[in-house]
Amino acid sequence: MLRVEIAGIKMKNPLMLASGILDLTKESMERFVDAGAVVTKSVGREERKGYKNPVVYEMEYGILNAIGLANPGVEEYVRELEEVGVENVIGSVFGGNAEEFGYVARKISPYVKAIEMNMSCPHAKRVGAEYPEDEIPDAVKEVKKAGKPVFVKIGMENILNRAERAIEGGADAVVAINTVKAMAIDIETGHPILGNRVGGYSGKGIKPIGIRCVYEISSNYEIPVIGVGGITRAEDVIEYMMAGARAVQIGAGVYYRDVSIFSEIAKELEEWLEKHGYTSIKDVIGIAIKK
Amino acid sequence: MHMCRIARVVEETSIHKTIFFDIEMKAEPGQFVMIWIPGVDEVPMSLSYIEGGTGITVEKVGEATEAIHGMREGDMLGVRGPYGKGFRMAGSKALFVAGGTGIAPLLPLIKRYRGEKHVVLGARTKEYLLFVEELKNISSLSITTDDGSIGFKGFATEMAEKIMEKEDFDIVYTCGPEIMMKKMLDLCMERGIEMQASLERYMKCGIGICDSCSINGYRVCKDGPVFDSNLLATMDEFGRWKRNEAGRRIEV
Repeated sequence: MLRVEIAGIKMKNPLMLASGILDLTKESMERFVDAGAVVTKSVGREERKGYKNPVVYEMEYGILNAIGLANPGVEEYVRELEEVGVENVIGSVFGGNAEEFGYVARKISPYVKAIEMNMSCPHAKRVGAEYPEDEIPDAVKEVKKAGKPVFVKIGMENILNRAERAIEGGADAVVAINTVKAMAIDIETGHPILGNRVGGYSGKGIKPIGIRCVYEISSNYEIPVIGVGGITRAEDVIEYMMAGARAVQIGAGVYYRDVSIFSEIAKELEEWLEKHGYTSIKDVIGIAIKK
Repeated sequence: MHMCRIARVVEETSIHKTIFFDIEMKAEPGQFVMIWIPGVDEVPMSLSYIEGGTGITVEKVGEATEAIHGMREGDMLGVRGPYGKGFRMAGSKALFVAGGTGIAPLLPLIKRYRGEKHVVLGARTKEYLLFVEELKNISSLSITTDDGSIGFKGFATEMAEKIMEKEDFDIVYTCGPEIMMKKMLDLCMERGIEMQASLERYMKCGIGICDSCSINGYRVCKDGPVFDSNLLATMDEFGRWKRNEAGRRIEV
């Protein structure tokens, strides 16, 4: 009932663990056996320590974060990816140019079913949302050479242009959206709270933005879309899929409902579909676009 | 996050200060808070005082803790938490084994524990011993120092082993350097005594999502920081590996 397929990757349900959440170590990833796929931490060519604390700030309607792409570097990181006991592992990579993207993709490729290019981290210099739009196609082409399906993760800003550039480069799917660039200030002391001052906002508060982005991409292009942003319940998954998503990713939801969110939402999804007379979740994909 | 005013500062030793906040916090012994020093850093700190004031005891070890040491009554710090799983009450006769600042999370537990209590308090040298007078009043206290400046000359684990040879305990609670806690785990496993230990790892989010502090797939910030001996015995990283800020595995 929940089975979906994206770029030839079969998943028992459309629920993927979003990059950056409990995916630095093999044993943490293995806690997500109930997910259709697990996306790894974004890794680059070299070790990065990330930004200074605070890197996470809990707010009323979401979470603000600026981890800063901390990662041990791809050569070290792939040690965590030997036979990870989950259904599918998708490798998230970042880079400052096509050559760097290609390098990291080739290193991680043997360990993963697909590669997700992080081109949307809202608070990293050059390597995320600031990655030049006109250079996206070349980077995608370079990553494609690693021989695996390529997903391109884009953020809310200029989303249609960036989606089009990803398609031009031969992307197999786009993932939308990343966290939304945001900031918080402590008014008692006047200090910006995050160590990096500016970060990305995720969680419940950004869901309508994600829905809009997925809807716009799906309305304009044929490319499969993976929806992400503020999913905490089965109803949110249905909404994203009605907007056109073929699968979804859950990140901040792990904060709201902990690791068990995947098995719980999978069960809730089945109940919802049964109650509404659907036999497959695929039947809800894109419903809102046809209205 | 709550911005809290510092209500009182107690100079415990030349390298330790206890900071009391102007708030009441509903917390369990062993839980921790994330302390934000505006413009400097944010660090996890175990609560050393829970009842009759909320406080943390801070050893000066780096930039963040030095900044905390420089703060005075009336200054403000950001506090997130309390987070994590604290100590669980067990049995009616307990041995508490603390190394250095590791006594901080144990202090409110020792105060709350109902039953016979024996505390082994270890430090590098006499002047770094914490809470001696308080502990004397509520427990049977054995002191060890690495340099023998007071009490038994040697490690807290050696003293603990001597005590465990003479007496039976229902439970051992420990916090301190990981090598010490690993040795305590071995001693407890040999004797079939339950143990609970409070672990430390480089921590970022504090809320169980970033994976920075994980040990064998268990999050120190959320599944811990207190872990039971049965679980610790299955962790091959315990006493051996931790991770740096980038997530690279390094020796404990």
